[in-house]
Amino acid sequence: MGDENKELEETVGQILEKYRHDKGMLVSVLQDIQAKYRYLPKEALKQVCQGLLVPLSQVYSVATFFKAFSLLPRGRHLINVCLGTACHVRGTDKVLEKIERELGINAGSTTKDLKFTLETVNCVGACALGPIVKVDEEYHGEMSTDKVVSVLKSYT
Amino acid sequence: MKKNKMVTLTIDSRKLQAEEGLMILDVARDNNIYIPSLCTNEAVEPYGACRLCLVEITTARGRERLVTSCLYPVEEGLTVKTNSERIASVRKVLIQLLMARCPDSEVIQDLAKRLGVETTPFPLEDKNKNKKCILCALCARVCQEVVGVSAISLVNRGVNRQLATPFFEPSEACIGCGSCVYVCPTHAIAMEDTGDKREVRWPHSQMEFKLRKCKVCGSYWIPERQIEHIAQVSGTSPDDYDVCFSCRE
Ligand code: SF4
Ligand code: FES
Ligand code: FES
Repeated sequence: MGDENKELEETVGQILEKYRHDKGMLVSVLQDIQAKYRYLPKEALKQVCQGLLVPLSQVYSVATFFKAFSLLPRGRHLINVCLGTACHVRGTDKVLEKIERELGINAGSTTKDLKFTLETVNCVGACALGPIVKVDEEYHGEMSTDKVVSVLKSYT
Repeated sequence: MKKNKMVTLTIDSRKLQAEEGLMILDVARDNNIYIPSLCTNEAVEPYGACRLCLVEITTARGRERLVTSCLYPVEEGLTVKTNSERIASVRKVLIQLLMARCPDSEVIQDLAKRLGVETTPFPLEDKNKNKKCILCALCARVCQEVVGVSAISLVNRGVNRQLATPFFEPSEACIGCGSCVYVCPTHAIAMEDTGDKREVRWPHSQMEFKLRKCKVCGSYWIPERQIEHIAQVSGTSPDDYDVCFSCRE
């Protein structure tokens, strides 16, 4: 645990350095931390507040405002189930239910082993191939409940 | 002191002189003209959150529009209507939204009555959801601009927006001064002193503070944290605050 904390502190320190401890770069700093850890650890936010001399309340306000930031650890893989109209009429809700059951979580949360984060979107722009399940940058078209297990299995 | 230029404007058919740069709302108040408002306080910069102070203006060049009077500086030849039909109807919806948001707030209800609005057509929120908070951020602005510690802020977005301490936990920055409690227009923040303990309760988080006892009268009069803060800012010693202000006079 100690090592992890130290590693986090160093990384955040480097990011702060990169932006020359400039208050105005708060969002960029948070983006870099989010990109690296897939979420914003509380310790990191406290360090940012000291490093940029911005009150913690402000850092927290920004961190909770943008959808791109997460304050909870995120899975290694992000599953986005499309709930757009075209996918919906082809039964994407059944697919979502199946995934939720398989992973034992509801949409909007992350599995305990930090493997998957499950979310929903409204149309990813591939309607002809619906129902669409997007995992990271990969699109799985014409999804059905039968295909769920094998798709999930293909990720490690 | 350099005196600012004066401008002439009309509010509700009264011709008035006012110092350039003042906001319409302040000029109206100075002249006993009522404009409803919740989110202003002379201690901090205007912010335009509650929108209740909307007025209808016509500029000298004949342009008409609705503006928030707390944020709009007076100008030469301006004509302001604080209570036209159009204003009344917009204001009605605004207060009805607030009534639905904070069904428990007496301040909102009283204001609605004053504006002649009895009921709201919008579905009432559970009174525990937003408590009495209208998200005007006056508390957070005072904490930042006046107290100077920025202990609280608006967090989250959209329908989940809330006023809170970071992580909804006790804040290391808060000194328990209670300024936020005093300025909250809807009494959404509570403060209670019992014995040597002070409790501050924001809509979605709360904190406890230890109070210092006055050596003379024995009353618990100020949070230790606040003493530390004042001592640090003013370069005095924390021991200078053993006697309360009333006993010192
Ligand atoms: S009580 Fe705390 S949050 Fe409220 S104004 Fe004082 S320092 Fe700020
Ligand atoms: S509705 Fe799913 S991709 Fe458009
Ligand atoms: S008083 Fe002007 S917007 Fe609230």
